Amino acid sequence: MRAITKKDLKIVGACVVLYAIIEALLQMNVIGSFWELNLILIAINIIMSVSLNLINGYTGQFSLGHAGFMAIGAYASAIITVKFHLPFLLAIIVGALGAGLLGFLIGLPTLRLNGDYLAIATLGLGEIIRITILNIPYVGGASGFMGIPRYTNFTWAFFVCLFTLFFIKNLVNSSHGRACISIRENEIAAEAMGIDTTRYKVIAFTIGAAFAGVAGALFAHYFYIAHPASFTFMMSFNYLTMVVMGGLGSITGSVVGAVILTFVSAALASWPEWRMIVYSIVLILLMLYRPQGLFGNVELTSLSIFKRFKGGSK
Amino acid sequence: MNLLKAEKVSKVFGGLKAVSNFDMHIEKGELIGLIGPNGAGKTTAFNLLTGVYQPTTGVIEFDGKSVVGLKPFQITQGGIARTFQNIRLFSELSVLDNVKIAYHSHVEYGLAEAVLRVGRYFREEDEIEQKAIDFLKIFKLEHKKDEIAKNLPYGEQRRLEIARALAAKPKLLLLDEPAAGMNPQETQALMEMISWIRKEFGLTILLIEHDMNLVMGICERIYVLEYGSIIAHGTPNEIKNNPQVIKAYLGEEVE
Repeated sequence: MRAITKKDLKIVGACVVLYAIIEALLQMNVIGSFWELNLILIAINIIMSVSLNLINGYTGQFSLGHAGFMAIGAYASAIITVKFHLPFLLAIIVGALGAGLLGFLIGLPTLRLNGDYLAIATLGLGEIIRITILNIPYVGGASGFMGIPRYTNFTWAFFVCLFTLFFIKNLVNSSHGRACISIRENEIAAEAMGIDTTRYKVIAFTIGAAFAGVAGALFAHYFYIAHPASFTFMMSFNYLTMVVMGGLGSITGSVVGAVILTFVSAALASWPEWRMIVYSIVLILLMLYRPQGLFGNVELTSLSIFKRFKGGSK
Repeated sequence: MNLLKAEKVSKVFGGLKAVSNFDMHIEKGELIGLIGPNGAGKTTAFNLLTGVYQPTTGVIEFDGKSVVGLKPFQITQGGIARTFQNIRLFSELSVLDNVKIAYHSHVEYGLAEAVLRVGRYFREEDEIEQKAIDFLKIFKLEHKKDEIAKNLPYGEQRRLEIARALAAKPKLLLLDEPAAGMNPQETQALMEMISWIRKEFGLTILLIEHDMNLVMGICERIYVLEYGSIIAHGTPNEIKNNPQVIKAYLGEEVE
């Protein structure tokens, strides 16, 4: 067996052990429902931040509309389970396909823009998606889509999250992933090396959007409700903060960013007005002392000392 | 048959004629130089040949097919690779990854195979790695394969850019001032390397260069560009004694 496959299996093994421990603690009620909620949120946030990292960090296309795709996934999956009474797995897949399709359609025209212009366009698109949903009575309009069954539990969240991590990790470590990274590094040179830059930007954007849809499906099926107010641009900023904090171009970074910021906002749950202040301070300190993010573009697994602890950060 | 044929090509930027009536014929296997004073339009000509700019008028054919209207990546996939005057490496990536990326258009495994790590993934990845290392060996960079590209010394960055262009498996290689900023020893070594890779890979090479020793030393034919037009072409000896070229470079004699 190949060394990389072995390493992957070890990581999966460590993750399964971690899952078993947490699940056992949940069953024995050592971890209460508040922290269970946060564990599931962490998994969802990891899916969001890692998929956003594929777009912003690896491909270098600054997108600010990630919450919009999450909304599509949430609503599309809720329609499948509530209106058609179909299984949850199918709902997740439909959520992913719906968000991915929209990402593809939106990506084709907007990815011709660069830098700030792309950021503004995606910010606007995220809001357009939210406001469109707000005005569709079929999915509840402004009062939100109610009566969604709670299918998401820790098991679902954990394993979907694990799947996402491996999907993105394998993608960026392939020739297709390198094509995406080359766009970030130097678009003109990438084009001159025979890489269809438009195609790879759209691919990255579509895959990123599809995983945001998956996260949305898990989200809606945990909180019984999908509400347009959950998917404002503040949410997109939230995920962007996780990605930037962890390091653009590092999967481990995104995971750590998601874990830290979810904990911070859980810890500050009683003082919601302080949350944004703490976020800003964290970001300012980060920009001053570690502008490349906690991990830069390095992975935990490439630091040999930490290799065996990889499972610890999920 | 001509490998590259450009006829009556012109490029206008607003009111400025950057290139006009540009004619060039390159046979398979030739090593051609393109020279001219600063601002003569040499790099614009390169950009026209590689699809970065679209010509305002004229015909450009490569391997018998028109390349006008194609995107740069399509032209590269068709067999023209280039380097840049101001080095454009993937500067935050390792030396090895820089070369691997150029191999991308020859990769056959799809996205699904990459994500699931089945099928052709492992075999092709091993192959890419091996080929990239082979290219680095030719350019004496294999001991630096894990180095970040931007940390290489200038001369090595230039060599890496050529290695990367070669990894795209071109038939025609365009080198934009490969010896810029090199000292005489490095230039000498580069000249030898260019002649060697041309033989080894059966390449056709077109290079822009200011270093006359290099151009006169290795090129079989030379085109001279001034104010966007070809004013002369011929063997190095013909060019050396061409009064128009001397005028373009040194000015006219005072009466």
